[in-house]
Amino acid sequence: MTWLAWRQFRVPALSVWAGLAAVAVVLAITGPRLVGRTNYSDVDVLFTGTLLAVYALPVVIGVFWGAPMVTRELETGTHNLVWNQSITRTRWLATKFGVGVPVAVASAGVLSFAVTWWAAPIDAFAEKEDDQLARIMPEVFAGRGVAPVGYAVFALVLGVAVGMVVRRTVTAMALTLVLFAAVQVAVPFLVRPHLLPATDESVAITASNIRQINGNESGVLESVKVAAPSDAWVLTNETVDSSGTPVHPLPEVVHKCLPKPGSGDAFPERGTIGKCMAQLTELGYRQHLVYLPGSKFWPLQWVELGLFLVLSALLGWFCFRRLRHLS
Amino acid sequence: MTALRAQGLGKKYKRTWALTRCSLEIPAGHVTGLVGPNGAGKSTLLNLASGMLEPTTGTIEVCGGVPGSGPAQLAKVGYVAQNTPVYPGLTVEEHLRLGARLNPGWDDGLARKRIERIGLDPGKAAGKLSGGQRAQLALTLGIAKRPELLLLDEPVAALDPLARREFLKDLMESVAEHGLSVVMSSHLVADLERVCDHLVVLVESQVRLVGDVEDLLACHHRLTGPRRDLATMPSDQHVVSAEHTDRQTTVVVRTDGPILDPAWSVGGLSLEDLVLEYMSNPAESRPALEVLR
Repeated sequence: MTWLAWRQFRVPALSVWAGLAAVAVVLAITGPRLVGRTNYSDVDVLFTGTLLAVYALPVVIGVFWGAPMVTRELETGTHNLVWNQSITRTRWLATKFGVGVPVAVASAGVLSFAVTWWAAPIDAFAEKEDDQLARIMPEVFAGRGVAPVGYAVFALVLGVAVGMVVRRTVTAMALTLVLFAAVQVAVPFLVRPHLLPATDESVAITASNIRQINGNESGVLESVKVAAPSDAWVLTNETVDSSGTPVHPLPEVVHKCLPKPGSGDAFPERGTIGKCMAQLTELGYRQHLVYLPGSKFWPLQWVELGLFLVLSALLGWFCFRRLRHLS
Repeated sequence: MTALRAQGLGKKYKRTWALTRCSLEIPAGHVTGLVGPNGAGKSTLLNLASGMLEPTTGTIEVCGGVPGSGPAQLAKVGYVAQNTPVYPGLTVEEHLRLGARLNPGWDDGLARKRIERIGLDPGKAAGKLSGGQRAQLALTLGIAKRPELLLLDEPVAALDPLARREFLKDLMESVAEHGLSVVMSSHLVADLERVCDHLVVLVESQVRLVGDVEDLLACHHRLTGPRRDLATMPSDQHVVSAEHTDRQTTVVVRTDGPILDPAWSVGGLSLEDLVLEYMSNPAESRPALEVLR
């Protein structure tokens, strides 16, 4: 059965590998030149491109490997042929997964490893700079480390499961794409912030740590942001009063001493801001900071991998349950 | 030995019953024809027998086991589905390899001999074969697995008359050679007439008639005589169909005894006539008749 599963899988697998090989060549040529620089603006396109490649691979795996894996048999009627040889359906599907999952793991693993290696100098530089994307930030996180392996396995099993429900290849492909994208958007917003305990602190707002002052069009000052560690993924950065309740907009006192948007005021002296913020601190206002520091990058990667493998296992269980009732 | 035994078997798709209250027994060692109009439940019955479908009600036992219950059961039953599906991207040779790898009882010599005799090019992709060749390839996979029972769902439906005859002749040779039981469906009696010695007629999701072809032909008669009331027929003569004109009555009856009434002129029926009589006279609510021997 392994022979047949591989025979049916080899064309889609080899097509994806051809693409991966092309990416690998580009990375191998450009990678060594990145070490030890302080300005990476010339590789912006490559940086974004490689990130997108890691994002795209699980989608391709789900849509082009997973979705057609069972639907194509159902559409051409060949399930009638293969399920009437002397092996059970369960073993048939187990073998399909047995070939597809390791290939997906290897493909995503190799690509993610290559891109992580390639971008390592850029990521290390970005962790030291305030205005750069640290690798724990959601935009970069999903394109580095071991998490993409979890995405790839999940996408593959999702494709198969959707195919078993809708039974039409094209519909299954479209639906797999939509569902996988939805999961990829939902996880960083709703799930990932809660996977590991975050650092929770409350700091006084001072002239040296204030980074941003935001106001709306009518001139009301809405919020200020303070500096967090440059390698961290900041989850919360808000002003709270003495009882810990977030204040929004900022209290009246700062409106007198901070520049208003659109007022044409010159940027005030650091000293003026310092005095202004001191008044705020005196009234009991502080800045509430919640963040995951850069040191949590690898633990978070492994937890996310585990999460997606568990989701894949649940979907896999669903596939085997559903298999008995297919015809 | 029973090849297939069903008791109160029924299959419901969403809201409609494709097969209801089906109880029948098909002895081993026969070529059984499964006839009925389109949508009568022939494919459903074969799918239930192969384990492709699970029954909604009742039980079915094939070669002594529950269909599709495990590798041993799957090895005992061969099934060539409607439209004889094969993998379009795989070559003929690869199909044989598939059969060899997935079936412990695979008879490679038999498969290769058949392929050669039919004249299939082993290197040709199955997607490029003609309908007849594809059917032959699917049948080869079914036979070379060496099952005890071979189920064929309208195997000749897509073939032209010549290919049809060749296919059936070839099937009969294999049956004779390997002594396997066959259940094949068709909506054309003519296809089955030459090859079947046992018959099951399905009409409107129900079994209407089961029996040995010779017995069935021997106990059905077409009686023609002066017009009369059917209530006056002897109790051992079961009326299958009746037609009246002003002066004349024609009935098809089933009886195990002789026709003694001299008013009738007695004629026989061909198998096709017999099946058509049953198909065109929908089931009343009574159990299917079975010939006892």
